[in-house]
Amino acid sequence: MKVRQLSVFLENRKGRLCEVCSLLGDNKINIRALTVAETETFGVLRIVVDNPDKAAQVLKDHKITANITNVVAVEVKDKPGGLAGILKVVADHDINVEYMYGFVEKSSENALMVFRFEDPEQAAKVLAEHGIRAVGEQDIAGL
Amino acid sequence: MDVLFWNKEMETLPRPKLEELQLQRLQKTVEQALKTPFYQRRLGKAGISSGGSFRNLKDLQNVPFTSKDDLRKNFPFGLLAVDLDQVVRLHSSSGTTGIPTVIYLTQEDLNRWTDLVARCVVATGCTKKDVFQNMMTYGLFTGGLGLHYGAERVGMTVIPIGGGNTQRQVQVMKDFKTTTLHITPSYLLHIHTKLAEYNMDPGELFLKRAFLGAEPYSENTRRKLEELYGIDAFNSYGLSEMNGPGLAFECVYKRDMHVWEDAYIVEIIDPGTGRALEDGQKGEVVFTILTRDAMPLLRYRTRDLAFLHPEACPCGRTHRRLSRILGRTDDMLIINGVNVFPSQIEEVIMSIPEVGTNYQIQIDKTGALDRLTVKVEIYAKMFTGEASAIDALKTRITEKLRASITINPRIELHEPGVLPAFEGKAKRVVDRREAL
Repeated sequence: MKVRQLSVFLENRKGRLCEVCSLLGDNKINIRALTVAETETFGVLRIVVDNPDKAAQVLKDHKITANITNVVAVEVKDKPGGLAGILKVVADHDINVEYMYGFVEKSSENALMVFRFEDPEQAAKVLAEHGIRAVGEQDIAGL
Repeated sequence: MDVLFWNKEMETLPRPKLEELQLQRLQKTVEQALKTPFYQRRLGKAGISSGGSFRNLKDLQNVPFTSKDDLRKNFPFGLLAVDLDQVVRLHSSSGTTGIPTVIYLTQEDLNRWTDLVARCVVATGCTKKDVFQNMMTYGLFTGGLGLHYGAERVGMTVIPIGGGNTQRQVQVMKDFKTTTLHITPSYLLHIHTKLAEYNMDPGELFLKRAFLGAEPYSENTRRKLEELYGIDAFNSYGLSEMNGPGLAFECVYKRDMHVWEDAYIVEIIDPGTGRALEDGQKGEVVFTILTRDAMPLLRYRTRDLAFLHPEACPCGRTHRRLSRILGRTDDMLIINGVNVFPSQIEEVIMSIPEVGTNYQIQIDKTGALDRLTVKVEIYAKMFTGEASAIDALKTRITEKLRASITINPRIELHEPGVLPAFEGKAKRVVDRREAL
């Protein structure tokens, strides 16, 4: 089960991240998970939102450089070793994690993590086989 | 003041004799030029079919100008006047569209060039007792090899170290008791800031003088460098199309640069009308080289602005003196001694699909060195969302630019619409350096 993530190019300028987040907020788009990959001269903001279609449109309308990437949102048992258990399955199946980050909210008793896998289809399949639940966009919108 | 000569007879030749010699050599040069397809066409159109038709030097005014663009359009051999097997050396500089401008030399041409450089070196007071550390880039650039040959001919001890590696440069200066440097003024300034780091004092060195060239600088910078190191600093002017160094050099009086007029006819023209100007008037410098069989160039427009001093120099040389370069008639930038045209940078940017067409070039000083920043806009449709892809893009732009302009730029990526738009009077170049 895949989830769409928006990647936003941010030039290294004071207040730019704030501007982008305000724009989403003004349009009632709720950020559920986010991370910023930063380098010396630019950043890439990665977000999972409650309404990715609307978010993509808002960003496009404001000529903000963004791109949609498929990621997998996985439920992680909120206890010691929870994340390690998932990573072990992933490693055992030779699946590469490009990056990962956490959700703001929990889904019931579980924490939620975003994984960007080299091959999201295969990853989702392997996780499901091991009883690890991935949530869909519907679930995220309802959080 | 002690005035030394390499070729006293030629360097002090009375003006009428000098001009007579120029005319003879001009006639021969025109004959030589007529052997090239380019000048056959160009001179033919102007009704010139032989060197003998030149009755006096004023007749040169009838010769059309030659431009850098002519050299590029006739790349690589359109201006070569001898068989290639007569050519012993070529040099080249980068051109505005990536086509380099090339010059060719026969053994005799190289010999005559070397002799002119020897004159320059001796005019500053060098003798074979001097140790010469040549810190200019070797290779296709004429500055390195030109001075190397000239200094060697004088019998100086030549250290062909080339540019870069400051700590080693300073160590070599100390180890071999270097007396004379050939260096860009900004690099010499930079070295001074490093001496303290190496626990060294300029007083521990044996430096007497430096030849400063390849980039413009002011009289104040010269004085500052002279004081910092306790040396005499001499201004040098050359361009590869005129063989490079050896064209104009200061003597011990340091009152601007003698142009070797037995080898070059120098004119100052109004860049707008092409009309010749009087001595003392500022205009574009135009040269005709009289001592190069392999590749004659007639009335070559340098795009450099300067003037000629009408008065004689106390050193006794009869060859007129050219002022410092006071500006350019085009948009050429000089970055750490390297000539760069904004159009070269533009061409590279336009060849990369991941970035848009807006760009800005910014030049700053960091310490004594120039830093080039090229700002480009990311092209939204090519954005994959991966930071690593953007880093790879930056590396690719850097490498392509370095291949074209030979200097390492810093690349700054911006969002679309941030940089001044391509249309209109966008300010493409922001030069934040203070004049040296």
